[in-house]
Amino acid sequence: MAMSMNRRVFKWSTWLGWQLESNWTDPFPFIIYSIAKPIAGSLILVVMYSIIAGIGGQTDIGLFHYMYVSNAFFMFVAQVLFGITWVIHDDREHYRTLKYLYISPSNFFVYMMGRTISKLLVTTLAVIVTMAFGVFFLGVPLDILGVNWLLFIVVMFIGLACVMSFGLALAGLSFLTAKHSMGMNEGVAGIFYMFCGVIFPISILPAWGISLAKVLPVTYWLELIRRTLDLGVGIDTALAGISTVDSLWILSISTIVFAIISVGIFKLGDYVARSRGLIDMTTAY
Amino acid sequence: MTKYAVETSDLCRDFKVRQVKGESKKSTVHALENANIQIKEGELFGLLGPNGAGKTTLIKILCTLLLPSSGTAKVMGHDVNTHCQDIRQKINMVSGGETSGYGLLTVRENLWMFSQFYGMPSKLAKRRIDNMLEIMDLSDKKDAKVRTLSTGQRQKANMIRGFMTDPDLIFLDEPTLGLDVNASRLIRDFIHKWMKDKPSRTVLLTTHYMVEAEELCDRVAIIDNGKVLACDTPHNLKKLISKESALKLQIKQIADVKPFESIPGVRNFSFKHDPTTGTTDLKFILEDEAIVADIISEIPKCGSKIISVEKTEPTLEDVFVALVGRGLHGDE
Ligand SMILES: Nc1ncnc2c1ncn2[C@@H]1O[C@H](COP(=O)(O)OP(=O)(O)OP(=O)(O)O)[C@@H](O)[C@H]1O
Ligand SMILES: [Mg+2]
Repeated sequence: MAMSMNRRVFKWSTWLGWQLESNWTDPFPFIIYSIAKPIAGSLILVVMYSIIAGIGGQTDIGLFHYMYVSNAFFMFVAQVLFGITWVIHDDREHYRTLKYLYISPSNFFVYMMGRTISKLLVTTLAVIVTMAFGVFFLGVPLDILGVNWLLFIVVMFIGLACVMSFGLALAGLSFLTAKHSMGMNEGVAGIFYMFCGVIFPISILPAWGISLAKVLPVTYWLELIRRTLDLGVGIDTALAGISTVDSLWILSISTIVFAIISVGIFKLGDYVARSRGLIDMTTAY
Repeated sequence: MTKYAVETSDLCRDFKVRQVKGESKKSTVHALENANIQIKEGELFGLLGPNGAGKTTLIKILCTLLLPSSGTAKVMGHDVNTHCQDIRQKINMVSGGETSGYGLLTVRENLWMFSQFYGMPSKLAKRRIDNMLEIMDLSDKKDAKVRTLSTGQRQKANMIRGFMTDPDLIFLDEPTLGLDVNASRLIRDFIHKWMKDKPSRTVLLTTHYMVEAEELCDRVAIIDNGKVLACDTPHNLKKLISKESALKLQIKQIADVKPFESIPGVRNFSFKHDPTTGTTDLKFILEDEAIVADIISEIPKCGSKIISVEKTEPTLEDVFVALVGRGLHGDE
């Protein structure tokens, strides 16, 4: 009973998220948006690389590939971190459905997982567009036949599980924040952006920065992605010494740890929200 | 032993609020103070009270949205603090006067999705949704996007969302707020029928409309400032402020009015013949309104016929004013 119920909730919350994210009633702007936005993002990277290359006099094209792949896959992290808070705030204040979902017998945690998955699906589209644009127009040397796809799938699976657990922890905290306060998520996303090897290798960070980077699972995830796709490998000297198998272990274990912590944070947020009466809060502007 | 759908004991809920925005000094609002309410299974129970009385707060606690500050509340036998999952299997809630739902989805999609969040079997869900759309006179809107509905139509859709899961206990927070006369009527009739169809069902509703409380509710609690001031049947509540009720009758003229005087329970009796119309006016003050039936049945025995009946009695509104000290809409 509980299992089949959770499956239903998961299925229909994913469906709901997909409907709301993709807005098929208006497919044209949606498609333009989901193509144009990632491409614009890629072009900004080109500019950033030119500046970095110009200042440092560094001409290693590997750095560009490093940045390009990392940024493309970082979209998953950014989308989930920003998106999950919107889900809670929109359900609560815009659609006014949060309280009805909350008092239903369904597991709210499963509901949030469904909504997160649909975000990941929509983001997958953007990541594919970005990668394809890179390969066809910017000379990103992706050798599709040379990739160990099995390893890639395993890495993606663990990585996305990790990102989701961050998202769910933030969902718990989003119960407590009002609609206009997105600071928390920007902060978390910002830390990942700076310290996980997204726009520059962590090896250029000061020692304390490298130590911080090395406890963040996203660092290992992005490095594993780069290695499996064989793009920008070896640029990050700080990670070069850690074998792929070790990275995979570190990623898996930290994902499990973060997932457990996330459940705790979610439950705590839920409890505090219920005791303060925030589940159906509406903020006056 | 009576089974209670809702049982609260010394239930309190405080809110800390900032007095002035931005200032750190906080004051405490006692939204509920030692509320003791027992609602039997099968009862249609009404909460009546002015704005800010604590009605919504009570509903929120009972439907597991809000935790109590102190005291206990049990819903369907389960404690709201510790067993909210058990409670959620058995309840649903609708609050009126709000536009809830995913505007991009159609009415049916919205309802379908919620039916799945309640684990309803697919066939049953489909059948019930269609059936209830019919009842709520919303069938022609079933494939319309929710955002295109009027406020009243959205509220009806929200009612369907609440009732379609067939809860044992449903909380209705001002279900007819903002609805036109016909829609309100429809909803009241629906609630009434829903209760009759399965006598174990329980409803807790809040309202600002006296008629609604009087017409629908088996029992009514009057609350103000978080305190329950009175709780009884509308009939008994009215007896609180006046034990007597008055009855005026106009009948075809009769010669002898003696039999009326001797009916037990008649406290006061007067009459007046009107030869021009050929009628007699009778006026009674009764100890109990059950006696009305005795009086009415006496009339044919005297060889007369009733032309008109007028009963004057205290209204629930009078009770409310007497207890709360002011009218429900601020008009004294
Ligand atoms: N989240 C909250 N934060 C602070 N105060 C609150 C909160 N919710 C309710 N209150 C206060 O608690 C009291 C009771 O509010 P409640 O909403 O229960 O009243 P009500 O009887 O439903 O009124 P109405 O008829 O206007 O709907 C009010 O004084 C209100 O200001
Ligand atoms: Mg209210």
